Amino acid sequence: MGHQPLQKKTDLLPYALITPALAITVAIIFLPMFRTITYSFSRYILYKPQEKGLIGLDNYVTAFSDPLFWSSLSNTFVWIISIIVFQFLLGLVTALLLNRNFIGRGIARSLILIPWVTPSVITALMWRWMYDGNYGLINQILSKAGIIREFIPFLAQSSTAMGSIIVALIWQGFPFFAIMLLAGLQAIPEELYEAAEIDGATKGQCFFRITVPMLKPVILTTILLRTIWVANSLDVILIMTGGGPGYSTHTLPVYSYVKAYKGMDFGYSSTLAVLLTILLMIIVTGYVRSILKSQEA
Amino acid sequence: MAKRHPVSDIFGTYLPILVIVLFAIGPYIWTFASSITPEAELYRPDFRFFPEHPTSENYLRLFTKLNFTRNIFDSLIVALFTALLGLAITVPASYSFSRFKFKGRNPMLMQFLVINMFPIMLLIVPLFVMMKQIGIMDKHIALIAAYSTFTIPFSTWMLTSFFNAIPLDLDKAALIDGCSRIQAMYRVILPVAMPGIMSTGIYIFITAWNEYLYAAILTSSNVRTIPIALQNMIGEFSIEWGLLTAGGVLSALPVIILFFFIQKQLITGMTAGAVKG
Repeated sequence: MGHQPLQKKTDLLPYALITPALAITVAIIFLPMFRTITYSFSRYILYKPQEKGLIGLDNYVTAFSDPLFWSSLSNTFVWIISIIVFQFLLGLVTALLLNRNFIGRGIARSLILIPWVTPSVITALMWRWMYDGNYGLINQILSKAGIIREFIPFLAQSSTAMGSIIVALIWQGFPFFAIMLLAGLQAIPEELYEAAEIDGATKGQCFFRITVPMLKPVILTTILLRTIWVANSLDVILIMTGGGPGYSTHTLPVYSYVKAYKGMDFGYSSTLAVLLTILLMIIVTGYVRSILKSQEA
Repeated sequence: MAKRHPVSDIFGTYLPILVIVLFAIGPYIWTFASSITPEAELYRPDFRFFPEHPTSENYLRLFTKLNFTRNIFDSLIVALFTALLGLAITVPASYSFSRFKFKGRNPMLMQFLVINMFPIMLLIVPLFVMMKQIGIMDKHIALIAAYSTFTIPFSTWMLTSFFNAIPLDLDKAALIDGCSRIQAMYRVILPVAMPGIMSTGIYIFITAWNEYLYAAILTSSNVRTIPIALQNMIGEFSIEWGLLTAGGVLSALPVIILFFFIQKQLITGMTAGAVKG
């Protein structure tokens, strides 16, 4: 930013100001993190304290031969990809519409943001009630419209449970995309479009030659932020299905949570958490690298 | 933009916007409708969207039968102190990151971004064990500490971006006028940054108010925030949807109202980095 420093060379004030933040971060983030890594190499089952101790890579070996780990992993990918793709598309359409001039635009923008501030518990409960197999709104509407004859127990059968939760998550998160992309759209200088119009560009050309390239940085950052958030989010799943029916809505964080909370197996749960973190790091660094590469080219 | 035909306005803009708005707030309308429906009327074969006999009984029962006041109080304490603690710690830190150049500045700022992406599952088990050891389980302070794991990194980034938007000349003028550097910070820069600081604080309040997972693990009978109280309604009775939706409306409402006040500031702060690329 070209900030000229306000200080001499050996100055302690900047350090003094950040020390409390760093100290707390070490105490509540780094210390626990190292403990989790240690647990991941340990046998640590809460109700078997006498067996507690280091066991090397055993938990990791177990994970790689655990079919539930692999199915949770593939569920995690389905979860991330489908949510991000649909949130992005819906968010983009919303942003393009909100970028137009129309009556009631401010109100529409505010209302569309509501899902994003909705507490996860409320999101989960509202959708669970709407999906209800006996009295839920969605079944009522579908049957009134003649689309279905018998009510569907959306969350109680493994073929529909995951998809149903994904829809709820798309609902909760698309406003974030919409609002970030809208800010990006508004930062594009109007002159670019005017110049293109004079040169006889069509609307489609304007969109793909001006809007998309100018939006690219915002799109890439927003996708990254959302991917991290979606990959880690598990509260909506826990409240809507608890990971079931069967294991059909187990993602990695859900599996890790269930192992710790229901199985009291802190060791294996920590191993799953570490694997999730590594996976996330790989995705993020791969993503950032490919962006940097494409910018060089 | 070229002028469009009014008919294409309706089909090209108003109709799709209406559909999206309905998708966004539809669940709330249905939730609200359920919350003012008598419990018996909810489970009838002949479906009605809005109740025949609207009632406030669900809301009343929340307070008479379920001690909801106590839950609101717990949520309020936790959210308020999480916000105050977060600001007290991150305002000086962000000011330092924005104003000074010092050894290790960039890596330290980076680590706040990196820890932002740590999964909650990476921290929750050891935090549980640690809090048990020092004996603060099921107390407000347990949640305030746990929520700081995500509010402090986030807030540091937000506030640094707000401070960066304030010209450095302001600091220099204050120094020339005889302020010390600490005085320049809290007499000159903090008042200018106040809208950004307030909205960051309110955002922390909202995330703490909404949080469920840490609360589920770190508290039980002594402290019970609203999300936990709502979740417990599912277990303790067979699901009483009238009661549950009433609780949902009451807990989401303050958050939505608060959010309307800060949305502009917040979006500016969050998009500042992204838009510049």
